[in-house]
Amino acid sequence: MTTTGQLGDPPAPGAPALELRDLSVTFRTEGGIVSAVDRVSLDLAPGEIVGMVGESGCGKSVTAMSIAGLLPESARISGSIRLQGTELVGARDSVLRRVRGKEIAYIFQEPMSSLNPVLTVGRQITEVLQVHERMSRRAARARAVELLTLVGIPSPATRVDNYPHQLSGGMRQRVMIAMAVACGPKVLVADEPTTALDVTVQAGILQVLRDLRDRLGTSILIITHDLGVIADVADRVVVMYAGRVVERAQVTDLFAHPHHRYTAGLLSASPTPGVHAGTQRLQEIPGLVPVLSTQPDACTFADRCPAADARCRDAAPPLDAVAAATDHLAACWHPCPIPRTQPEEASA
Amino acid sequence: MARYLITRAWQSALTLLLSTVVVFFGVRALPGDPALALAGEDRSPEALEAIRHHYGLDQPLPLQFAQYVGRMAQGDFGESIRTGIPVSSMLTTALPVTAELAVLAILIAAALGVGAGVLAAVRRGHPAEWLANGLALIGLSVPHFWLGLLAILYLSVATGLFPASGFVPLLDDPVDNLHHLILPAVILGTGLAAIIMRQTRSAMLDSLSSDYVRTAKAKGLRPRAVITRHALRNSLIVVVTIVGLQLGGLISGAVVTEQIFGLPGFGKMTIDAVFQRDYPVIQAVVLLTATAYILINFLVDLLYSVIDPRIRVTGDPA
Repeated sequence: MTTTGQLGDPPAPGAPALELRDLSVTFRTEGGIVSAVDRVSLDLAPGEIVGMVGESGCGKSVTAMSIAGLLPESARISGSIRLQGTELVGARDSVLRRVRGKEIAYIFQEPMSSLNPVLTVGRQITEVLQVHERMSRRAARARAVELLTLVGIPSPATRVDNYPHQLSGGMRQRVMIAMAVACGPKVLVADEPTTALDVTVQAGILQVLRDLRDRLGTSILIITHDLGVIADVADRVVVMYAGRVVERAQVTDLFAHPHHRYTAGLLSASPTPGVHAGTQRLQEIPGLVPVLSTQPDACTFADRCPAADARCRDAAPPLDAVAAATDHLAACWHPCPIPRTQPEEASA
Repeated sequence: MARYLITRAWQSALTLLLSTVVVFFGVRALPGDPALALAGEDRSPEALEAIRHHYGLDQPLPLQFAQYVGRMAQGDFGESIRTGIPVSSMLTTALPVTAELAVLAILIAAALGVGAGVLAAVRRGHPAEWLANGLALIGLSVPHFWLGLLAILYLSVATGLFPASGFVPLLDDPVDNLHHLILPAVILGTGLAAIIMRQTRSAMLDSLSSDYVRTAKAKGLRPRAVITRHALRNSLIVVVTIVGLQLGGLISGAVVTEQIFGLPGFGKMTIDAVFQRDYPVIQAVVLLTATAYILINFLVDLLYSVIDPRIRVTGDPA
């Protein structure tokens, strides 16, 4: 009970809302052990939006799901996850249940399949209020209508009685957000929240997330493979590759001066107005993210890296500051020397 | 909705008409002659002729059919050729027995099947799952007439826990009624329970690994709420479908079960009537069974839209 007691304590000023320390996740599969996340460390300050990018299979979603213990039983988690000071790795189910939906909430990629098809959206919002806030059905319903208004759903009083299939994709994602923020969580984890949506709808959803941060001071961890989304909403970026954090920086720094070769590859694989305006081909990164059973003492990107040499295959590069007195970190033996041009437009 | 009901009523009427035709001509195509069965010792051609004439069996088949349909439209099912008792009064005594047996069997099967199915899915890989799977396999593969005989042997004859046969009407003595019916109902329900268990288990495994169940967990709901409100509710659609499809099997199962337990129901009446070529009784029984089947399937369709809001009831062929 000592751990749960800390939930009510106000966090020390400047303390991160969420702290990951050396988080590692492995899965037992039929083909043996698979290492999905390797010693990931990350802080999320109150009111901060951190973006996590990487290709499919790089471990971003596993990292996100591990925070509230939402991984399947075959997962083994080590390291430390502290949410508002409460240790969640190895925490009992009752502790996790109290935290989920209340202190940390999730928005998932597919709003259609992530909402229960046979319950009204109102019911799906009220149940989280009833569980955590002990609200009566009537009060919870009134609050659900408020929440739908907050996330910008038109005629919320009618929509509250709709089923998910009666709403558009963007509306469903807004419902997911309303559900997630119902109890005013300190941390919101958005796993590819806009991937399944039209570009125009995406912008609306990102705006809602920014609003929530501004109004409620929620810290948001947004996971995506879309650099445009990162440039749009995030304050800081974490780049993941094969389960490791390979670069971490302020958004503007990262887009202006990517240090890790993988980050540079990701950036040149996305279209940038002005640079790729019909003249230059987009650069792909050859190869695929490897599936690892154990994490080698080597750079896992070496096989796909144009600058790799013997050193990259002999020792894993540490995640170090790229220069003195900076919060820009990269894990690369041969960081990119040339600053990218036109960084401002990269974020457009 | 109105349009749906009209379409549905049309289809039902057509199905009933077709089953009337099939049964009417089907029983007459069977070898055997009711006149012979009735004549007993006196098998002189005159006596047989008299019997045939009395029951209208000497008339051309199409005419017999027309008369039959005409009488039925007025609610007259005719009289039993063998006993002379009006078929309708035979039905009023037999129908409640079978209806009660079937309803009990469905309730028992649903409770056992859904319960075991949920348990097997939630406790995946635990002994509870093996036990549920094993029982389901037995329930599916052992013929229930044999199970019925075993039950009579061990639970009635040897221990006297349950009566081996007989029936007490529900209104006369509800407790004794249940005491007589519970064993046949369990036996009749075993196959259905096994099927429901397997379907529930696989549907639950699907929904337990679904995104919306992950969402429910992420909300901090208790496992019970996640399982019942989120996973089971979505799995029930499959279960209801299966129950609807299996009802035909249940009705024919009831025929056998009633025979074993000596219940004076529909099934026993059918078997007796078939052996004695009692045309009016067979016709009435089959027609009623078809009606019941159609009605139940209609109810199942309506249930879908209650369980799953995505299924809207319309008159359009989907």
